[in-house]
Amino acid sequence: MEFGLSSEQTLLQDTVNRFLDEQAPLATVRQIAAAEIDDGAIWKGLAELGIPALLVPEHLGGVGLGSLDAAVVAESLGYHATPAPFLGTAVMAPLAFIQSGQQEALLGPMAQGDYRVGIAFGEAIGARNDAGTTVSSGKLTGKAIFALDAAADGYLVATREKHLYFVEATAKGFSRRLLTTVDKTRTTVELVFDGAVAELVSQDPGVFNQVLDAGRVMQAADTLGAAQYALDQAVDYAKQRKQFERVIGSFQAVKHMCAEMAASLEPCRSLVWYAGHALDHMPEESRVTACHAKAHLAEVGRFVAKTATEVHGGMGFTDLVGLHYWFKRIGANRQLLGSPELVREEAARLQGMVA
Amino acid sequence: MDLSYGSEYSDFREEVRGFIAAHQDKSPSQASMRGAEGLAWQKLLLDNGYHSRTVPKAYGGFGAEPDILKSRIISEEFSAAQLSTGLGGQGISMLTPVLLEMGTEAQKLQFIKPTIMGEMIWCQGYSEPGAGSDLASLTTKAELDGDDWVINGQKIWTSTAQLADWIFCLVRTEPEAPKHQGISFLLFSMDTPGIEIRPLVDMTGDANFNEVFFTDVRVPKDQIVGRRGQGWQVANAILGHERGSLAPPDAAENRLKGIIKLMETETIDGHRVMDSPVFRDRLMKLQGQVLAMRCNDMRLLSARINKGQDARLAGMIVKLQGTELRHELEGFAIDVLGEIGLAYEDNPYLRGNGSWQYQYMYFLGLIIGGGTSQIQKNIIGERGLDLPREPKVAKV
Repeated sequence: MEFGLSSEQTLLQDTVNRFLDEQAPLATVRQIAAAEIDDGAIWKGLAELGIPALLVPEHLGGVGLGSLDAAVVAESLGYHATPAPFLGTAVMAPLAFIQSGQQEALLGPMAQGDYRVGIAFGEAIGARNDAGTTVSSGKLTGKAIFALDAAADGYLVATREKHLYFVEATAKGFSRRLLTTVDKTRTTVELVFDGAVAELVSQDPGVFNQVLDAGRVMQAADTLGAAQYALDQAVDYAKQRKQFERVIGSFQAVKHMCAEMAASLEPCRSLVWYAGHALDHMPEESRVTACHAKAHLAEVGRFVAKTATEVHGGMGFTDLVGLHYWFKRIGANRQLLGSPELVREEAARLQGMVA
Repeated sequence: MDLSYGSEYSDFREEVRGFIAAHQDKSPSQASMRGAEGLAWQKLLLDNGYHSRTVPKAYGGFGAEPDILKSRIISEEFSAAQLSTGLGGQGISMLTPVLLEMGTEAQKLQFIKPTIMGEMIWCQGYSEPGAGSDLASLTTKAELDGDDWVINGQKIWTSTAQLADWIFCLVRTEPEAPKHQGISFLLFSMDTPGIEIRPLVDMTGDANFNEVFFTDVRVPKDQIVGRRGQGWQVANAILGHERGSLAPPDAAENRLKGIIKLMETETIDGHRVMDSPVFRDRLMKLQGQVLAMRCNDMRLLSARINKGQDARLAGMIVKLQGTELRHELEGFAIDVLGEIGLAYEDNPYLRGNGSWQYQYMYFLGLIIGGGTSQIQKNIIGERGLDLPREPKVAKV
């Protein structure tokens, strides 16, 4: 019995962390957030480490690792608030293509970091006003909003029926528009389809669910990393900042805020590991577990993001410290792929609790 | 990540299941644990190594090598079959490990066997009216007079004092020493002249605790565990043992199952509570929290088996998170019941024997007892996150 990361997984995490510490520090995140540079160099570097190839089987040009390995990487990306198309290009799209056996020719270039696939799942999870797509004789019409990755070469689009389609960004009748959000570490777009050619990837709800569950666990892992960063920063600050001739971390009011963050975040680490493991090894539990990981991390993440900012006092509110990038990333992870209320209702439905 | 216990443990699990199948009709109810039926069950468990498994045979135990997974399998199988795992209490869960570690051979031979057999019931004399969170400031004093300690002072929060045959007690023996170094750990009979017990009725309506007064209580001087002035280290060894065990995740999971059942059977205006999205969302939130604590517990179990896994912080948060979560679970069940949730004692509308209200209050007691939530946060902050201690206030 061994509940935890293997030495290979720890090594993977150390490798990614070292790369991001050097190549994607806050100064770089700021430049990307301000659109002075794009995330291409970071993604190329991560591709050299094999990150987009992680889940792709070896015979298709990948590394053939599992969901927990991917979650470990997602945690590192969250810890560094890294701008990268990881969720779509390294996790959700490859899984969809592998499970369905469609678009397999793209897996090689994706694994090399040469081809990016964005994801548009909002309409299949909880369609909002003005959004929705219809498919007729292989052509897609309508709008998908808050799709991820403005620089994608193609998009994996889920319809309300939970059918998956692939649309190339160069397709006739396809256009996209950048949607500004609070989270500038990843780009979000509106996709407009006017009879754009869409290739069917899968109509199998099993494939849709598997892709969505994996995406949710990655979002939870990203939030885990981001919240851990916020907590670490708050604890460091509380050890340095002096008021009333004492470091503020010696005041119980501040110390208890830090302790509460640690107490709620520490079990989340085990929950994320478990959910990552369940995706590949415990099919009877993995769906409910993915929902709980997503929703619970959203709640704990919000608490930690707020509290860590408060520990920093006025400085936490400024752009100078930069903690807001993590605050906003945690906020974005909460809403994308299902807000906590939607996801919890799904967990209840999966357990037969909804009449 | 490997969640299986390995094939070498499947035989052991089968053995436990075989025992359960053969003997489960003998398992006593909670109420009769201290009666003849309970003591017979206790003996059966001891003889088969399902209680005090690693206590040496010379002291009445089974003498098995420590094996964390075997212990876990026993508790899993007994819990699944809803059987009593035998006697608990402070003598068994706290004093016995301390005697094994720090007691003299004579003390081990004298006390451990009757304690684990259930023939000798213990209470714990730690807290005092003036020494709660700051336990080391306790003032109950013991002075040597000839071959006896003479004890004067008062203890509080002494559970089972009215049932106890003996007490393990912290007393100040070196008044001149710094406060942590002036305490000793004494054992004495509750029949000793000069002991007065007053039940302390708490918010549940029961007297779960007592006050215990000592007036010139004479105790033979060799009834000390460890050396004079070493009592604080002895006590801390056991307090660490107590904290993690107050709110195990299996109990939270069982309560959650109970709440699900409640929501499927109780109705509001003819609709099941489960059909209300508002209640359902609260249920799912709690289920997520219970799952997180279950995962945290698996990590802790793993870290005990696999040296080198760091789960220090994961262990420090258990008392705080576990007791707060249980209190919230019980409170949610009361909300599910609405005004029926108010029912108590002999009310004919009572659900679950009134345990929801009772545990709701009892767990508030556990949030405070065994190191308050605030003390837990100090521990997490100072020992877990390495934040500086509160500076001492200059004496005026």
